[in-house]
Amino acid sequence: MTQHNRAKSDVFVPSGQIQFGVFFQGVNSGTIWKAPESGSQTDFESFRRIAQTAERGLFAAFFLGEGLRLREHLGRPHALDVVGRPDAQTMLAALASVTENIGLVATQNTTYNDPADLAHRLASLDLISGGRAAWNIVTTDNAWTGANFRRGGYLDHADRYKHAEAFVETAKRIWDSWETPDGPARRVLHEGQHYTVDVTPLLPRSAQYRPVLFQAGDSPEGRNFAARQADVIFSAHPKFDAAVEFRKDLVERSIGAGRGANAVQIMPASEFILAATAEEALEKKDWVRNLQIGPQQAVAYLEQFWGRELSVYDPDGPLPEIDPVVEETSETRGSGFHGAKARQLADQWRAEAKDKGLSIRRFVTSKTARIDSTFTGSYTAVADQLAEYARVGAVDGFNISPWLIPTGLDDIVNHLVPELQERGVYPTEYRGSTLREHLGLETPERTAAEAAEAVRA
Amino acid sequence: MSTFPRPGFLAIELDGAGRDGADLTRAVLAAESAGFHVATFSDAPAPGRTNALQRAAFAGPVTRTIALVPEVDTVYTEPFHVSTQLASLDYVSLGRAGWIVAAAESPEAAAAVGRSSVTGAALGQEAAASIEVSRRLWDSWEDDAVIRDVPTGRYIDVDKLHYADFETPAGFAGAGYSVKGPSIIPRPLQGQLPVLVPASLLGEVSAEAVDAVLVSAPSAELLAAEVRDVRARVGAGVATIAELDVVLDARGQAAGSRVATFDGGRAAFAGSAAGLADFLASLLAEADGVRLHPASLFIDLEELSRLVLPELRRRGLLRPVVQDGTFRDVLGLERPASRYASATAAPYGAGK
Ligand SMILES: Cc1cc2nc3c(=O)[nH]c(=O)nc-3n(C[C@H](O)[C@H](O)[C@H](O)COP(=O)(O)O)c2cc1C
Repeated sequence: MTQHNRAKSDVFVPSGQIQFGVFFQGVNSGTIWKAPESGSQTDFESFRRIAQTAERGLFAAFFLGEGLRLREHLGRPHALDVVGRPDAQTMLAALASVTENIGLVATQNTTYNDPADLAHRLASLDLISGGRAAWNIVTTDNAWTGANFRRGGYLDHADRYKHAEAFVETAKRIWDSWETPDGPARRVLHEGQHYTVDVTPLLPRSAQYRPVLFQAGDSPEGRNFAARQADVIFSAHPKFDAAVEFRKDLVERSIGAGRGANAVQIMPASEFILAATAEEALEKKDWVRNLQIGPQQAVAYLEQFWGRELSVYDPDGPLPEIDPVVEETSETRGSGFHGAKARQLADQWRAEAKDKGLSIRRFVTSKTARIDSTFTGSYTAVADQLAEYARVGAVDGFNISPWLIPTGLDDIVNHLVPELQERGVYPTEYRGSTLREHLGLETPERTAAEAAEAVRA
Repeated sequence: MSTFPRPGFLAIELDGAGRDGADLTRAVLAAESAGFHVATFSDAPAPGRTNALQRAAFAGPVTRTIALVPEVDTVYTEPFHVSTQLASLDYVSLGRAGWIVAAAESPEAAAAVGRSSVTGAALGQEAAASIEVSRRLWDSWEDDAVIRDVPTGRYIDVDKLHYADFETPAGFAGAGYSVKGPSIIPRPLQGQLPVLVPASLLGEVSAEAVDAVLVSAPSAELLAAEVRDVRARVGAGVATIAELDVVLDARGQAAGSRVATFDGGRAAFAGSAAGLADFLASLLAEADGVRLHPASLFIDLEELSRLVLPELRRRGLLRPVVQDGTFRDVLGLERPASRYASATAAPYGAGK
């Protein structure tokens, strides 16, 4: 129980443990749909199978992402990638009835929700699931997504974390509003720049007090926000050195926020390609990459930087000689590539590809983000590698994106988990029934100010 | 109506179960095995009451026949969220989802989201707009939009995705808005979820926009007449569902001793199981279905299950329950084509 109740201190203490979460991706190019064994991305059976396999493997959490507008490519919905996902909380409420222990993490946006409504829904999921709910806080904002909402894209980029912080503070007060399991609740008031909330909350605290808070966002403001508010950060830095660096950075920020060095856990996004031997794993990796980045995907990847159709270019030939028609990349909307300097990038990439003798397809394969987050190797080698992460406390766990639905966790649960358990770095049973317990997080406490407010109301 | 009406269906409001998952499972399984066709989930704000749509979703994977129909607000919740959440409910229940449209005057709900309170006819306008947004978004992916075409690398056929491009109509009382679309989830399994509205919203919400109307009357005596009235207004294409509070003699206790629990406003039946069976038989001659609101979920459900439903089935008054059927099947509705399915698609509003 090394991870339990680590005192608030300015010294980071590694837990010596690794936890797993599974990120069921609904919109992406990483999930293979072209193989015969690829199942449905939307049928409930796929979700049930993944969640139950994860639970068999004692995963701490099951994650769903969120995207509130379909990605577009060159002005139309993006045809090439997996797309179309169920609403996170509705799906998680359904999964709550067919699982017992696994945490249920809903990615939900602070810009396109109302705090009282979202806090109520999350509290509801938390109660229905017996204390297993979490909120992965995202702040993605743009008028383009806002076109699906009454308020439109009402936030400047710079304002979104200020807004998110007020949002989360309000949600925390809502979850904290019941004095006892039977109430009464104290009224929660917030008057801010973007919204006003006046609500008497309806739901009591859950078995884990309130939903666990995850945050996904990587800018300095995003990290500071996590350091102040979150229990876990869903990071983008799984490679060992980057992970250690990220830990250091986050520890400093958490201390700076007055929460102590161990306050925020880290779970980077990751992908595992495993086999009995290193050679087989490498072969499997080729197979996976070929199905992830087909010829059309490779060209489309460049199109989002060039801002124009490039379908006349041979995917097995060199990068296009023509220049991008855009200054800033945003042609695949919703994919997070906004704002790169297109022309500069094109020059750089052409040079790089020429240098290394790479075709469009091989270049794009080498560039796609997930490659950085991949663990490839034999079960034993990867288990050794992860044990080293645990030893130094580089991360608290990994958020695994399976590249195959619904069987993509089978080899991890059947082979990697036992290897990790043998090394003493992975749980051998669920520590309790709530997500907060699985993660070894402390139960929130009311601050004196909150208690005083409770008396006033 | 024909002389030999189609057998009816029974719905039960499952409120009273639901803060806790185990309790909810017990209630919905009891209702399903009793032979109810539909379970409904109230979302009216009350201390301890969890979100109705989530309760319905939780019940999805543990049931096989019963339709799961939450109440979902249309006034203070984002139509885009409402639409995608309901579509998702249809996926997790394998096509057994429906929607009871709520549009209540609620200064509390308005204050919670920092808006001014919506009243009167504007409530109906908000509801009508939200229904239209949902219906368009449900249609915005044609049925066969996911093609998984390996040779061309295309996962979806972009020509089968459509912008909903909804704008609140001229004369909209509240703040006007627009919703772009398409949905973020493929077309629901039923194509369109059945939409149920309380009769009080008819007018601002047109009969063409809905699949069923919930009819209330101030007394049991007036209920059948009220159903006749509503049917005359909406036509036979829209199902009528009579709303009835129920308290039964049970466990050696007379119904009368428990009757005080009703909140009023709805017709109520208090008495014996045999008396209720007779009353429902007469009511089902007028209404397509009846929704029962038991005074005490588990006490009354036990009596309904043991005595009332078997008697109605014996008399041939109930539709058979169909394992893995859809809610549209229960209502006798065809699965509609998407309004966007072809250039000659049915006109606006007809795609329900
Ligand atoms: C690992 C990871 C996962 C994310 N998942 C989502 C998601 O599912 N939905 C979403 O809208 N944004 C998602 N985001 C985007 C973040 O919410 C955020 O908008 C983005 O990272 C930019 O914020 P930043 O400038 O602080 O990095 C994710 C970010 C990271 C790092």
